[in-house]
Amino acid sequence: MSDSYERDSDDRGAAAGLAEHGRPPVLEPGHTYATVTDQISSIVLARRAPRSWLFGFAVSFVFFMIFLYAAGYLLARGIGIWGNNIPVAWAFDITNFVWWIGIGHAGTLISAVLLLFRQAWRTSINRFAEAMTLFAVACAGMYPLLHLGRPWVFYWLLPYPNTMTLWPQFRSPLIWDVFAVSTYALVSLIFWYVGLIPDMATLRDRAKGTFAKISYGILAMGWRGSARHWKRYETAYLLLAGLATPLVVSVHSIVGLDFAVSIVPGWHVTLFPPYFVAGAIFSGFAMVMTLAIPLRAVYGLQDFITLRHLGNMAKVMLTTGLVVAYGYLMEIFFAWYSGNDFEWSLIVDRALGAYAPVYWSLIVCNLLVPQVLWFRRARRNVPLLFAVAFVVNVGMWLERFVIIVISLHHGYLPSAWGMYTPTVWDFAQFFGSIGLFLTLLFLFIRLLPVISIFELRELVHETSAPPA
Amino acid sequence: MTSTLLPILDESCRAAGCESRGQARRTAYWRSLDELAETADFKELLAREFPSQLAVWDDPVGRRNFLKLMAASFALAGITGCTREPLETIVPYVRAQPEITPGRPLYFATAMTRGGYALGLLAESHMGRPTKLEGNPDHPASLGATDALAQASILDLYDPDRSQTVIRRSVIETWDHFLTALTTELGPIRERRGEGLRILTERVTSPTLARQLEALLEDLPEANWHQFDPAGFDNAYEGARQAFGRTVETRYDFSRADIIVSLDADFLSTLPASLRYAREFIDGRRVSARPTSMNRLYVIESTPTITGAMADHHLARRPSLIEPAARMLAGQLGLDVGQPSSAAAEDIVPQDWLRALVSDLNAHRGAGLVIAGEGQPPSVHALAHAINQALGNVGSTVIHTVPVMARPRSGRESFANLVSDMHAGRVDTLVMLGGNPVFTAPGMLDFEQALAQVRLRVHLSEYYDETSFLCDWHVPAAHYLESWGDARAYDGTATIMQPLIAPLYGGRTAYELVAALAGKGGQSSYEIVQDYWRGELGEANFGDSWQRAVHDGVIPQTAADTLDVRVTSSFGNERASPDAPPFPDGELEAVFRPDPTIWDGRFANNAWLQELPKPLTKLTWDNAAYLSPATAEQRALANGDVIEITLEGRSIEAPVWTLPGQADGCVSLTLGYGRSKSGRVGTGLGYNAYTLRPNADAWFAHGASIRKTGGHYKLVTTQGHHNMEGRDIVRVHTFEQLQSGAAGQHKHDAEPLPSLYPEYEYTGNAWGMVIDQTACIGCNACVAACQAENNIPTVGKDQVAVGREMQWLRIDRYYHGSPQDPETYFQPMMCLHCEMAPCEVVCPVAATVHDSEGTNNMIYNRCVGTRYCSNNCPYKVRRFNYLQYTDEITPSLKLMRNPDVTVRSRGVMEKCSYCIQRISHARIDAKREMRPIRDGEVITACQQACPTRAIVFGNLNDTAAEVRKLKGSPLNYGVLAELNTQPRTTHLARVTNPHPDLAAPAGDEPKPRDEGNS
Repeated sequence: MSDSYERDSDDRGAAAGLAEHGRPPVLEPGHTYATVTDQISSIVLARRAPRSWLFGFAVSFVFFMIFLYAAGYLLARGIGIWGNNIPVAWAFDITNFVWWIGIGHAGTLISAVLLLFRQAWRTSINRFAEAMTLFAVACAGMYPLLHLGRPWVFYWLLPYPNTMTLWPQFRSPLIWDVFAVSTYALVSLIFWYVGLIPDMATLRDRAKGTFAKISYGILAMGWRGSARHWKRYETAYLLLAGLATPLVVSVHSIVGLDFAVSIVPGWHVTLFPPYFVAGAIFSGFAMVMTLAIPLRAVYGLQDFITLRHLGNMAKVMLTTGLVVAYGYLMEIFFAWYSGNDFEWSLIVDRALGAYAPVYWSLIVCNLLVPQVLWFRRARRNVPLLFAVAFVVNVGMWLERFVIIVISLHHGYLPSAWGMYTPTVWDFAQFFGSIGLFLTLLFLFIRLLPVISIFELRELVHETSAPPA
Repeated sequence: MTSTLLPILDESCRAAGCESRGQARRTAYWRSLDELAETADFKELLAREFPSQLAVWDDPVGRRNFLKLMAASFALAGITGCTREPLETIVPYVRAQPEITPGRPLYFATAMTRGGYALGLLAESHMGRPTKLEGNPDHPASLGATDALAQASILDLYDPDRSQTVIRRSVIETWDHFLTALTTELGPIRERRGEGLRILTERVTSPTLARQLEALLEDLPEANWHQFDPAGFDNAYEGARQAFGRTVETRYDFSRADIIVSLDADFLSTLPASLRYAREFIDGRRVSARPTSMNRLYVIESTPTITGAMADHHLARRPSLIEPAARMLAGQLGLDVGQPSSAAAEDIVPQDWLRALVSDLNAHRGAGLVIAGEGQPPSVHALAHAINQALGNVGSTVIHTVPVMARPRSGRESFANLVSDMHAGRVDTLVMLGGNPVFTAPGMLDFEQALAQVRLRVHLSEYYDETSFLCDWHVPAAHYLESWGDARAYDGTATIMQPLIAPLYGGRTAYELVAALAGKGGQSSYEIVQDYWRGELGEANFGDSWQRAVHDGVIPQTAADTLDVRVTSSFGNERASPDAPPFPDGELEAVFRPDPTIWDGRFANNAWLQELPKPLTKLTWDNAAYLSPATAEQRALANGDVIEITLEGRSIEAPVWTLPGQADGCVSLTLGYGRSKSGRVGTGLGYNAYTLRPNADAWFAHGASIRKTGGHYKLVTTQGHHNMEGRDIVRVHTFEQLQSGAAGQHKHDAEPLPSLYPEYEYTGNAWGMVIDQTACIGCNACVAACQAENNIPTVGKDQVAVGREMQWLRIDRYYHGSPQDPETYFQPMMCLHCEMAPCEVVCPVAATVHDSEGTNNMIYNRCVGTRYCSNNCPYKVRRFNYLQYTDEITPSLKLMRNPDVTVRSRGVMEKCSYCIQRISHARIDAKREMRPIRDGEVITACQQACPTRAIVFGNLNDTAAEVRKLKGSPLNYGVLAELNTQPRTTHLARVTNPHPDLAAPAGDEPKPRDEGNS
């Protein structure tokens, strides 16, 4: 990944810090501990909420309310308000679930994996990406609950002692899913919170209002910044990173197994676990980019989230995008090479059947468009990066739709083939969940430091020239 | 105001002209509300005082709310869940003891009539509530089987929309007031010796009713009795009259027939003896049991039927070509009948086809059977009689008897005379016993206008229907399960129908009404029927003989006498010309057909039948105008395009459905839809084909034209794709292949595939099923039986449209070959209870599990509704309650449900359970008697209903079991067995028996071809 940067001749010239090889810096020069702390903590403490925040929050909140309304109606009437049917018993619900879970991948990957690989550039974006992960997992978690026929007994999927002396059925990948997703959510939450503790202390110390002081004080858990604190903190953080890393792989592998374990043509693909992980990272980075680019523009964080970050993320997207493309190719190859009529018929149906436009849109979004990232000029063109990331987000949603709906609608017995058409409630629940996600994100931006202050201070320390 | 109120109230109100009369009609279910309920004042009050309530009433989709309101009104009316038992003694069929063991049903023999003919039934009664109907094995027309209509008739019994009170011109009245009024009205008529009194019935085979009416007519000689049945058998009677010079009832013995020729005759589904014919016909093809011989069926028909689907050789010809075809056949067999010109002949029946057929018939003299359909004119029936006689089939496969119908005269003429008398004002009082002539009378006759000329109109019917609405007096009729009665089967065998429950809604019978006409108003049906049979069975020992007759459900020695009749020399040449009538370009022939699920419209309010997919089109909730693919393409019509069909100046609009196998040049219309007053289920569905019908015996007409209107109508089907795509789903072999041993070997039938999971071991029972696709005629009886047995809800057209029908058992129908004349295969498909069930592995809460006897069970209580099981089911036989489909509110429907089967709520998956409740009953019995369950002791609902015994269920561990023998057949295979699901329900390959000289149409490996309506 870094090879290409070795040859970079960066026209921004005399960059500081890690830019010694001529690549864009991870932190623009000229920052001191104070400027870093001021600039980031002021978003939370000092500045009034900008109009754009208010506007964004209001819009998100409206969609969040739509989500609640749709969910309420769903609980009252039953999931028949959606377009699901027999044979397409899963549709938007599980598509959205997998999409959100995929988005929820980038955070842990950036925080944990890149930490272990000592990628210093992760610092500016990890906090933000972790928060995004949490919120995405929260959104994702809604769907397995809401999509149940009888959501009020969701806890039957948990292994708990009960008078029926019944356990869940452990052969079902849905049970693995319950464990994988809940573990992932829990570890991500802890990791994120532990990462926040020193910054909570900073906010506590800088807060003016009593309420803020007390709130941040409680959340800081008595952090005083002593050397012993730091030593233990660093160890704990590293250990958590080590714990979180396998989860990055496991969660989406298991989501992939949700499908691969079945015998449905189009689902029963051994490639699914790695292919789903790659897809998840692909979409996760795309979502980080989709959110980070407006964020740095609005809050003037260009110094912290630099072109270096965007470029690196673009490269990750390109790489994982190619893995995903390989997956698409292999799906077709397997179907052809296996000589299995059912599989091949499904591939033909994807490409030429009733849902062909969806499939071809997916190919354009996920396979063709990301190829512009091969070009450095494209990787430095921020609006273009935003557009590509957005398109990839759409493409990844379509990918899940293709896998789930198209495979189900064209099964073994032609007599049972059927079409799925989403209803207004399908869309309400989907866009509503985006509202939920953005609402949480806006609150996060307003209430917590979007960039890890203490880690940036470390960067300042590492990048500033030693005092004369 | 009128435009937005509750549709039912509003529509009836408008149609009644309630503004002008100043008084609205009351629908029966509102009887417990204030009398003001439908007056304009009340509505205004409602709007003013309870605007929110009005909104609820206004809401067209608020059916559930409406039902809630209804439930309240029922509660007030006292029709809640109590059992009401009749006062008269009824006799249980199976056990003689009068005690009821809670949890154990009793069976009572009774009968249902369709077109007047009886079908013997056993009604299952749980604590005094009939819940399910089975065929009476002793009854000649049933042999233990039922059809879908009989299965669904239990729903009619509990239909909350049935008429519930006597109504006099929209005002609720009482039976006593009716009797009083009738007596008053009859006074002057009696003085005129009955002049002006007309009685209109449907076809009557009931000996009691016939005698009552005859006695009445003796009493009032100037009165007259007419019989009218919109789907009657006038052509058959008239054809016999042409052939033999007298009215003759013809019945057939398919068990002796080796070569069967159907001239537009759907003998597998539309005749009074269809269930028996189907059994006998299939017995002659049951190669799994008797692999040495197989009958052969030739069919020439215009509209595809299930009979045509079973044909070994099939010709699709527009209806007017069938008479020339029959003439060609008769001519080839040496009969002196006019022949069509040779130029046309090849287009009518191809030479090689005709040659093969003639050689077959000649080679099987005495074992051939030529049957003409009711859809063909009398001359074709006469030709069939002549051919049968020439071939020596009479007395062997064809039996003539005295007519079963009382007063067998042409219904068409009788009815036409009545209507013209009505138009002329010669009818003073018209008493209609059943039927719905305002709806079913041919549009040409303008019955509605004629009815307006009648001074006093009385109508007895189960529903307050189109006819009731225009009558002075409406009397609610009792359902056949609520009343005593009698009827004859197709062969004359009489059955006494005993009630299972006292009339839920105070219904009355035709017997009581005729008694009232005769001045004996107080008589009950019980007395009347018993009186008659006292005379027939003899006073001596009558108690015993009556008891036996009621118990058995058949009365011995009541079959009609056979007749020895000869075809007269001049038959058939009287009115028909040998050539087909001219067929101008651009014109079509209109074909009328009774609907395969709602018949002539009488079952329109039956949701089970409305949702039952029509056997060939798989359409639900609608009828359509069926066109052949070529005709549709020629006119640029696609499915759902609305066309205007014009015939002799009258026109209707109907949506198009292209039907593979339909004859070119004709448009087929099914009767029974387009009801304007049929309750909440049936009102407003489809179009009314009666409007176009020229005559009651006219099943086709020349000179129809169609025009595309540009509109589109959404037709809803349960199967969207009709091609097997080259997949090994329905296996087909020819009889020749079977005999040469070439059948049965298949690329997928390799040694058992390995599985990660260990095989189950069964030490006790291991249930399994075999479905014989050679025997399945696609008649839907099993589907309806399953629905009745297992408390399966209906979902409505909107839900079927999005693919959420709930029937556990479906009959997949595939086409193979050219769309013009394809082969049609039926494949009953339900949960196959896989040994390595893909559904079991993926359920996260173990709600679908294998049991120790091999069944794959659905634990409703445990199901959380992830639906993964359905996704992973390769057969897609699982059904999910996406919404609250089961009506848990309407009280009468609660009475109907099978108490042995859980009623499912929303959010749970369900599917075929192998009728596990029946297995449990058998297991309990066997345990009490300390013996194993016997073969044949567990009969699933589908198996029991099946007229052809295509479904066999039993214990695979029982070496003597029939199911085990069938599993050893070379024809046995598991659908999609290559997935290693190891289905416990397997299918037997379909075997066809084409004539060796004609190109064998059945292929082992159907090639994909794009046809049908995918």
